[in-house]
Amino acid sequence: MLEVNGLSVEVEGKLILDNIHFSIKKGEAAVLFGPNGSGKSTLIKTIMGFAGYEVTKGDIIFKGKKINDFSTEQRVKLGLGIMYQHPPAIRGVKLSQIARVLSKNEKDIRLMSERLALTGHLDRDINLGFSGGEMKRSELFQVILQNPDFLLLDEPESGVDLENIGIMGKVLSDYLRDAAKSALMITHTGYILEYVKAKNSCVMIEGKLWCVGNPKEMFESIRKYGYDKCKECVCPRVK
Amino acid sequence: MSKGEIARHIQPEEKKIISSSGIDISEDMRSATFLQKDSSVVFSRSLSDDVEIMNIHDALKELPDIKNYYGQAFKSLNRDYPLDTEGGYFIRVKKGKTVELPIQACLFLKSQGFQQKVHNIIVVEEGARVYLITGCSASEAAHEGFHLGISEFFVKKDAYLNFTMIHSWREDVSVKPMSISLVEEGASFISNYISLRPVKEITMYPTTVLNGSDARARYNSLILSHPDSFHDIGSRVILKGRNTQAEIIARSVSLGGRVINRGHIKAENKDVTGHLECRGLILSEQGIIHAIPEMETNYRDVNLSHEAAIGKISKDEIEYLCSRGFTAEEAQSIIVRGFMDVDILGLPDMLRQEIDKLENDMLKGSF
Ligand SMILES: Nc1ncnc2c1ncn2[C@@H]1O[C@H](COP(=O)(O)OP(=O)(O)OP(=O)(O)O)[C@@H](O)[C@H]1O
Ligand SMILES: [Mg+2]
Repeated sequence: MLEVNGLSVEVEGKLILDNIHFSIKKGEAAVLFGPNGSGKSTLIKTIMGFAGYEVTKGDIIFKGKKINDFSTEQRVKLGLGIMYQHPPAIRGVKLSQIARVLSKNEKDIRLMSERLALTGHLDRDINLGFSGGEMKRSELFQVILQNPDFLLLDEPESGVDLENIGIMGKVLSDYLRDAAKSALMITHTGYILEYVKAKNSCVMIEGKLWCVGNPKEMFESIRKYGYDKCKECVCPRVK
Repeated sequence: MSKGEIARHIQPEEKKIISSSGIDISEDMRSATFLQKDSSVVFSRSLSDDVEIMNIHDALKELPDIKNYYGQAFKSLNRDYPLDTEGGYFIRVKKGKTVELPIQACLFLKSQGFQQKVHNIIVVEEGARVYLITGCSASEAAHEGFHLGISEFFVKKDAYLNFTMIHSWREDVSVKPMSISLVEEGASFISNYISLRPVKEITMYPTTVLNGSDARARYNSLILSHPDSFHDIGSRVILKGRNTQAEIIARSVSLGGRVINRGHIKAENKDVTGHLECRGLILSEQGIIHAIPEMETNYRDVNLSHEAAIGKISKDEIEYLCSRGFTAEEAQSIIVRGFMDVDILGLPDMLRQEIDKLENDMLKGSF
């Protein structure tokens, strides 16, 4: 479904991602670990085609198409969806207004907003004054309504209280139960692993991918030994 | 009395532009209507027992107490005003009455090169509550027209006036409103200003004096500046009474025109609060927005603040909407539309929806 081959990315002339390889099959979910500033969000933003993330080498292939030169909007039409780590607020633009464009089904909007405890937020300016957890719920709400085939989740559960992680985890696992949906998710806390069955995980350190393995085992090992240990298991061509 | 009588005085080709300034030609949702074309008052009628509405010249002849109002707001600030006016309205809302449906006044420039000069007086008696919409527009023929509008507002003790002025001029019309509002104890004055169509030049700096304690004033403005338009728009509130409050909120979008956004809050008593907020979006290389917020006090126990932000549309916001599947153009228009949010106007639901729709129609295809 998604394949990244030898991808190098520069931001403002600085190499941030160096020769990244991985692939995620249809119906699979994968996890990306890595310390702050290692390039995880950069990878996701590059896959989305955001401005300023310049691909200097390599290809991004989605559904068999090379999408390097696609606009963000074209990538979305093809089936990519993102949950932002830090979404911007937009004055005067209501969450409900966006929701109604993402889904034509009022009932879906209502049910999902109830599930994610966002009914009171629908008439508010998107992300303006939302708490950290509310923002994450609003991101998940939007991306689920958007119904993409491939979910890019940038720290979906960071800053979310345990009860809401449960709610969000359930929404995500329901969504990904569909055999046609895939996901790549970034997590520091590992909580999301309790809800989403991920097949593989790997670690990004200083713009390179290291190691590949079972997400829960890998998370335990990072917890015990830290990220440095990951470097011992050199696996620069994760496949 | 049958509603919609105003329609008899409006030519078919004038309907669209007059409606675009917020005038309800059916009169269904209005309690009183005033219409002046160039210098002639062609229609003036109240559908409510609680509202008096008439030609200012009739008021000067017929109302014994008009001398308490005419020119008096200007006099209270030692300000001069032009005396060569022709027409304008006198509106008074009776003591203690709440008028549910808005009053509307339409000032229309009809002929080429005409210089329309009006003097308006609005009196909201003690404890009364009312919404007033003034719609100003110009005909296809009114090239090089000029409009001068003098307005004096008297908002008595515990009264509430929500005044919405919608300008819908044309690219070669110049406009100069002059207005002073005197607000008594416990009363509220809300002034909304909306200008979304091309205009040559608009200069105004309305002033509100909060004379009584616990009085409130709020100025909100939404301005879309087209190439070759020039807006010099300010709002001033003088906090004279104890525990008075003022808020000035300005939103301007330049499509290539020039906007000066002034604001001035002056504290002349203790325990007063004032806040100025000015936001501007520049969508074209040629556009200019100049925000000049001013605050002034001789007292320590005041709370005055301001916030100004001017710039391009944020790339992150566009990208965010693109990541939800919008094109960059769609994203831009959603962001600009949101920026010009009518919610800042503090209108009741019905009127809010009306103005929202008006704005949608006017902004369609603007950028
Ligand atoms: N637009 C940008 N301008 C300048 N530097 C950038 C930009 N985007 C990313 N970087 C830099 O690239 C590096 C990787 O950032 P990135 O956001 O991808 O990290 P991350 O792995 O997601 O970290 P975190 O766990 O803290 O979210 C950082 O050093 C960051 O400062
Ligand atoms: Mg990140």
